[in-house]
Amino acid sequence: MSEPAAVAAPTGDHGHGAGGHAAHPPTNYIKIWGILVVLLVVSVAGPFVGIRWLTLITAFGIAIVKAYLVARNFMHINLERRIVVYMVVTMLVLMGIFMGGVSPDVMKHEGARWHNDAAEAWVQKGLKEAPSEEESEHEGHGKAVENGTHVAPEGEKH
Amino acid sequence: MQRPIATTREVTGVPTGRLAVWWVIASEIVIFGGILGSYLMHRLGHPEWAHQSIHTNTWAGATNTFVLLTSSLFAVLAHQAAEAGNGKRAANLLYLTCLGAVTFLVIKSFEWANEIKHGFTLSSNTFWSFYYTAAGLHGLHVIAGAIIMLIVAADAKKNKELQRVENIGIYWHFVDIVWIFLFPLLYIAK
Repeated sequence: MSEPAAVAAPTGDHGHGAGGHAAHPPTNYIKIWGILVVLLVVSVAGPFVGIRWLTLITAFGIAIVKAYLVARNFMHINLERRIVVYMVVTMLVLMGIFMGGVSPDVMKHEGARWHNDAAEAWVQKGLKEAPSEEESEHEGHGKAVENGTHVAPEGEKH
Repeated sequence: MQRPIATTREVTGVPTGRLAVWWVIASEIVIFGGILGSYLMHRLGHPEWAHQSIHTNTWAGATNTFVLLTSSLFAVLAHQAAEAGNGKRAANLLYLTCLGAVTFLVIKSFEWANEIKHGFTLSSNTFWSFYYTAAGLHGLHVIAGAIIMLIVAADAKKNKELQRVENIGIYWHFVDIVWIFLFPLLYIAK
């Protein structure tokens, strides 16, 4: 073990004792990877149960858990100085402010004294042009397109 | 040869090079967060997008998630090897991480080719605009990460600048986290 230390030392900021965060505790990275893969399997299996709310929980809840595991165990954010955590949290808070500020206008198409006719019209148009549930389940990827039901008309946007 | 100042000083208690990587990630949170947040809000406001999102290939997305998680494992093992001063092992593990990046891009290119062949292009619907923009921007980050990793690995192989192995690893794990959120948004929530 003396050789590695001798090699690492000249790089100046590599050793974590001197490099801003505590030395990494022994971590079984393969075990963490195994947990991440199991969580991936669960998130893929979620939709097969057929319950929408369960799908959303397994998909997004698991995504948050996976991101936490990667940030903590692979990026070692918990061992970094506070400044790093503050930087990351500040950006996430800014994201929250952005979403909170614009979401009423984007997600809703009407309010107390306003009505977004254009957005509502696009939703209705899209729903009318879409195939029925049964059709989309039974028709293959290509067949639906051949019918012209899934390809948006030229210039369709919203 | 004079060494870059970022490798020899630390004002905040975090080595400057590593702090710079965290700043990059902080700015990326706003970039990807903006795209993903906008997508999420539009998706909730436009139920008709469900008829477009059913055409994304869940198995391709899941395979790519597995590939990126595995490449992240190689990246953190490379960091572990670098900490132990084993530059050669760190370099080899970084090459394996790069192989993960290439595999990811190959799967993505087949997936996109198939979707474009079936008429789902960047301009066919706003869902697909979001899909190609978000996944495309992520793909560019994968390419950039792989190129930087090859450069870092070349030095690490000679036991030089081993601290960079951790720096590129932190970036790569972030790219992995972005995909962890893209996957349910584009492939699962249909």
